Amino acid sequence: MREITIAQATAEALMEEMSKDPGIFIIGEDLTAHGGIFGQFVGIPEKFPDRILDTPISETAIVGAGVGAALTGMRPLVDLHFADFITITMDEIVSQAATMRYMFGGQSKMPLVIWAPDGAGLSAGPHHSKSFEAWFMHAPGMKVVVPSTPYDVKGLLKSALRDDDLVLFFQHKKLFKFKGPVPEEEYVIPLKKADVKREGSDVTVITYSMMVHHSLEAAKKLEGEGISVEVIDLRTVWPFDFDLIAESVKKTGHVVIAHESWKVGGVGAELASQIQEKLFDYLDAPIVRVGAEHTPIPFSPPLEKRVIPDAEDVYRAVKKVLEDA
Amino acid sequence: MAIDKDLALKLYRTMVRIRVFETVTEKLFLEGKLPGFVHLYIGEEAIAAGVNANLRIDDYILSTHRGHGHTLAKGGDMKKMMAENYGKFTGYCKGKGGSMHIADFSIGMLGANGVVGGQFPISVGAGLSIKLRKTDQVVVAYFGDGAANRGTFHEAMNMASIWKLPIIFVNEDNQFASTTRKVRTLSVEHVAQRASAYNVPGVRCDGNDVIAVYEAAKEAVERARRGEGPTLMSCQTYRLKGHFIGDPEKYRTHEEVEKFWKQEPIGRFEKIAFENGWLTEEEKNAIWEEYQKEADEAVKFAEESPYPDPEEALKDVFVNPLEEGLK
Repeated sequence: MREITIAQATAEALMEEMSKDPGIFIIGEDLTAHGGIFGQFVGIPEKFPDRILDTPISETAIVGAGVGAALTGMRPLVDLHFADFITITMDEIVSQAATMRYMFGGQSKMPLVIWAPDGAGLSAGPHHSKSFEAWFMHAPGMKVVVPSTPYDVKGLLKSALRDDDLVLFFQHKKLFKFKGPVPEEEYVIPLKKADVKREGSDVTVITYSMMVHHSLEAAKKLEGEGISVEVIDLRTVWPFDFDLIAESVKKTGHVVIAHESWKVGGVGAELASQIQEKLFDYLDAPIVRVGAEHTPIPFSPPLEKRVIPDAEDVYRAVKKVLEDA
Repeated sequence: MAIDKDLALKLYRTMVRIRVFETVTEKLFLEGKLPGFVHLYIGEEAIAAGVNANLRIDDYILSTHRGHGHTLAKGGDMKKMMAENYGKFTGYCKGKGGSMHIADFSIGMLGANGVVGGQFPISVGAGLSIKLRKTDQVVVAYFGDGAANRGTFHEAMNMASIWKLPIIFVNEDNQFASTTRKVRTLSVEHVAQRASAYNVPGVRCDGNDVIAVYEAAKEAVERARRGEGPTLMSCQTYRLKGHFIGDPEKYRTHEEVEKFWKQEPIGRFEKIAFENGWLTEEEKNAIWEEYQKEADEAVKFAEESPYPDPEEALKDVFVNPLEEGLK
């Protein structure tokens, strides 16, 4: 099968969906000069010049424009430039887009995708390195997608563009050049469906986005020590695929949850809570979480490395969950 | 003045319909029949009436927490609105939004916003949608003098201007941002003075003169329909009631409010309408009776309607919930 990058998979998903649905358009900062700052829209400005719009630096109005267009028959994708800038536009996302359908008694739909590159590891400093998926799981009204491979990005983005609800789509900025197999034929991946990225029998590692790759690396190392690790890529953190999680936890009895964003109040906290509420009898040891230290994301490489989890942290967590048993 | 009897009656009817609905709502609230908070449009009716007389049903409006008048002017249903005020299942939002969040997508009413200035960015999206779909619809974004100080105002005005979006930004300058006087919060005398910063026309008009509002809005709406871009209107009015029903109003005197009652828009228009032969005493009485009857029926409908089943609270979060238990 051919291999393409995540940036190419992103552009392909959009171009295919834009060809079919005239309601889809892209709006955000600095989109056309280079096909997006991570090359995620390469080819689109030439193919759909009227449907990819460079905006002023006005994040609230950009997201608001997406909301208003979605309310009136369009299917916008808003590019937030960096996920960090989402803080500027929380009212438009949380109180407006995510609330309107409910607040208006089901009268409206919100076919809006808010797309943002998140994640650390590029020494981009405290204002260009954060991951905020947990906030949007905490507040109701949003579906939150955090893919890790070109195949998943393409299939999930197509689903997100077809969905009638607000979807937040976070792509890790270190992964845009990551290559993987993507078929030429059309396919979609339904939202909410998790994926077993590696089968195993001793420990379940539940993860997503960049940490999928770190977890696979750790699993490979652990295999050499005779420990069989199952890696579940959630792909969608809200709503999440509890059925697949339960299947794996019942098999292994040991759970590690790994994400790059802060451990405190993170997605792992909710998952761990639900797993112990529903599967307590199947657990052989307390759940171990891996996440960032509770600090802003620092600039200098050794500092950033200290704060952000990697394969070594997942490795240690797996060892710990087995020792605690 | 290009006002004929038909138009005069249309403007008058809209104002009276709003006034009656709001007066009945106030009474019900004071009797303890309505939960929550209600913000009345009394004294500002000329603005919604004058602007909306230029709109088609397929045009969009975005409204504020003081939004009953905007919805009624657009052709909103009194029964559904009153039922929503009561928190009943038959209300516009099945009781999930309340007075501050009325919406009616069937008449282009895209929702009243509880966040002051929250409507500006959304109006840009509605305007952009019109432009991309290449129709000649327009958007009206109503906002108070307080909202003009939100950052959203700046971003939306700039974006609407550079893209020449068909939006009429209608400022209802009622002199108060909640309990704080405009003179203490606004850097200019009136909001339309800010138009030059965005390279759009700025029009100030007497917001208690329904004909003045109608004519200013007519030009702005026609301009927007021709694809020539947005207009910023500032309609000077006075909030005759408190910020919400029950507001102790310690920030102003009874005498001040009495003075402004003498300038309220409906009485002012009646004088002109009688002089021009647009309205007779009998017609006037019949119109007030007609809307009083409509409002009374709306109250009866609301009171006889059921409250939503508590389980209704778990529905309408998503169109496609994707799983059991997620609604």
